[in-house]
Amino acid sequence: MSRAALLVLADGRFPAGGHAHSGGAEEAVKAGRITGAASLEAFCRGRLHTVGLVGAALAAAAAAGADPVELDAAADARTPSPALRGAARRLGRQLMRAARAAWPSDELDALAGEFPKGAHQPVVLGVTARAAGLGAQDAAYCAAYESVSGPATAVVRLLSLDPFEATGVLARLAPELDLMVDRAVAAGRAVPGEGVDVLPAASGPLLEIGAEAHAGWPVRLFAS
Amino acid sequence: MHLDHAHSAPSAVSADAQRPDGTRRALRIGLGGPVGSGKTATVAALCRALRDQFSLAVVTNDIYTREDAEFLLREAVLPPERIAAVETGACPHTAIRDDISANLEAVEDLEDEVGPLDLVLVESGGDNLTATFSKGLVDAQIFVIDVAGGDDIPRKGGPGVTTADLLVVNKTDLAPYVGSDLARMAADAKAQRAELPVVFQSLRSEAGVADVSAWVRARLAAWTA
Amino acid sequence: MGAGAARRVDGVTVSGVRATARIRARGDGRGGTSLPVLEGEGPLALRRTRGSGAEARVVLVGAMSGPLGGDHFAVEAEVEEGARLRVGSAAATIALPGQAKSEARYDVRLTVADGGELLWLPEPLISAGGSELYVTTRVELAATARLVLREEQVLGRVGEEPGRLGSRLTVRVAGRTVLDQELACGPGAPAGWDGPAVLAGRRAVGQLVVVRSKFTTHPVTARIVGEYAAVMPLAGPAALVSAVAPDGLLLRRVLDEALAELG
Repeated sequence: MSRAALLVLADGRFPAGGHAHSGGAEEAVKAGRITGAASLEAFCRGRLHTVGLVGAALAAAAAAGADPVELDAAADARTPSPALRGAARRLGRQLMRAARAAWPSDELDALAGEFPKGAHQPVVLGVTARAAGLGAQDAAYCAAYESVSGPATAVVRLLSLDPFEATGVLARLAPELDLMVDRAVAAGRAVPGEGVDVLPAASGPLLEIGAEAHAGWPVRLFAS
Repeated sequence: MHLDHAHSAPSAVSADAQRPDGTRRALRIGLGGPVGSGKTATVAALCRALRDQFSLAVVTNDIYTREDAEFLLREAVLPPERIAAVETGACPHTAIRDDISANLEAVEDLEDEVGPLDLVLVESGGDNLTATFSKGLVDAQIFVIDVAGGDDIPRKGGPGVTTADLLVVNKTDLAPYVGSDLARMAADAKAQRAELPVVFQSLRSEAGVADVSAWVRARLAAWTA
Repeated sequence: MGAGAARRVDGVTVSGVRATARIRARGDGRGGTSLPVLEGEGPLALRRTRGSGAEARVVLVGAMSGPLGGDHFAVEAEVEEGARLRVGSAAATIALPGQAKSEARYDVRLTVADGGELLWLPEPLISAGGSELYVTTRVELAATARLVLREEQVLGRVGEEPGRLGSRLTVRVAGRTVLDQELACGPGAPAGWDGPAVLAGRRAVGQLVVVRSKFTTHPVTARIVGEYAAVMPLAGPAALVSAVAPDGLLLRRVLDEALAELG
């Protein structure tokens, strides 16, 4: 396995569409729930332990060889908001394109064939990690980090937040991210043997509700 | 299922001239340029000039996602199912150059849903002089500037002015009012672009978008040859 | 441990109360619903009340006494083919700290067969300061079963910090999971639960799940129904109303309004 492949996959410039998604930050900024670095940090922390954990566990499970079709259904059940399900599938499809160009693999081709309109992004991420020769932990780290780096980058653009402050937020979250990834990997690795019910299902009600509000805006900067 | 086939084929990479089912995909032309230079008006005029002869679709990348798309819808230049808007996360140049995945999805979805298409126009959100389209997204690009933005823009150059396949200097009818020297702009553009073509146009004149549309027709002829 | 056993104190450890209530609803063959099983236990008492039409109605009473730390309550309801059951509760359930320093559990298991209908509409669960409770609700529905399920959580009594409350709600239709949601709040919950991505300082959170086979072909339209409430079509023949509100009364109002619209 190539550890450097993890850097390629986790790079914020990996062309898989993430730059156009704020992870709910655009709605939270407009609603006044994110106003600066402190509330961005609280927002990211909430994301990390809810959708971040679920995404990381899904990615770990996919990387560990669990059935991606079952994982995709588990992701649907853990994502009540149709706007977020749609965003996750669009991002999955965009990631699929980049992944197949970067690490051609039969498993990626099969997944693309199974989900022509895209599987949930963390599932594609886990299969991509496999194709890149990475493991469950690598996949979980990628998913976990994306769950907070997206909103942090978006808030730099939305509030003109000092980018050094936003980066400081991400750095402060790193120890929590490590612990969360351990949980996600343990759950993800258990899936091939025990089924998808062992996956965490942590939810952030305001992320789901906010995503529906955002989807109804006539004018927005970010896709989600 | 057709879509299954399309996306399971291993060669579905951005710049392939063929669709995965073996048919030729549509020619893709990008339109970029600064805010207010007349990109959307040019797209609308091109659609009117070409729609009776070719199967067209448009992808917009506005900063505020749907604004350009809605202008095109209001003007009814194409049926709504032929216009798609891509959200760009406040970075329109990223969506046309660095991470083109959302635009490629939009183009391919249009081909799947309303195709076969001859031509897809991809309009960038108004950005700056450095914004150019990736070759993975478009086959040719048009850079639209206008005389009111200052007659020194061609001299200043930048990737859009220097490398676009066609440079359009728009709103020539305003030149006398804003003190822009068209001859100077033409000379500067020639210096920056050597043999690459430049069109001066006013959409208010009788000729309108004729020169640009002739250039697009030539491109289409070469694409389908 | 026997039915409704009192708290057992054996030296240093104090274990809690274990109690299970069971309901079985069956079509009576005359267009109504009978209740061949209606068994309360200890603090979980069940009363049949006057139903309307084909529906049998049951009220869970006495849940005020707990659960306390270490208690393990369970409610099991089964609706047979074609039967209709409505279950409510007489008052809110309040999770309180107990002598046992362990978590309390409350497990709800609901099963509805084809053509059956369950309206599960209990009063809210209030997480009192110092309490620790983990609630699981698992619903298994046959393909043509109907469900309306309300779950409301109020974090702390008035002016009080909440206890620790964890919950997981899982709904399966014809063996397929259509909803799986966990929420953890209060001291000791993963950080961020009170923040802008999860509850944003609001103290009441609720879900209303409606399952109808017609949603397969006619899904509900996603829409916002309050400051922080949305109706969402799930990936399956189900709809979810998710709401966050400053208090339990406002939460109930928005859930009631959404339910009235869903019909």
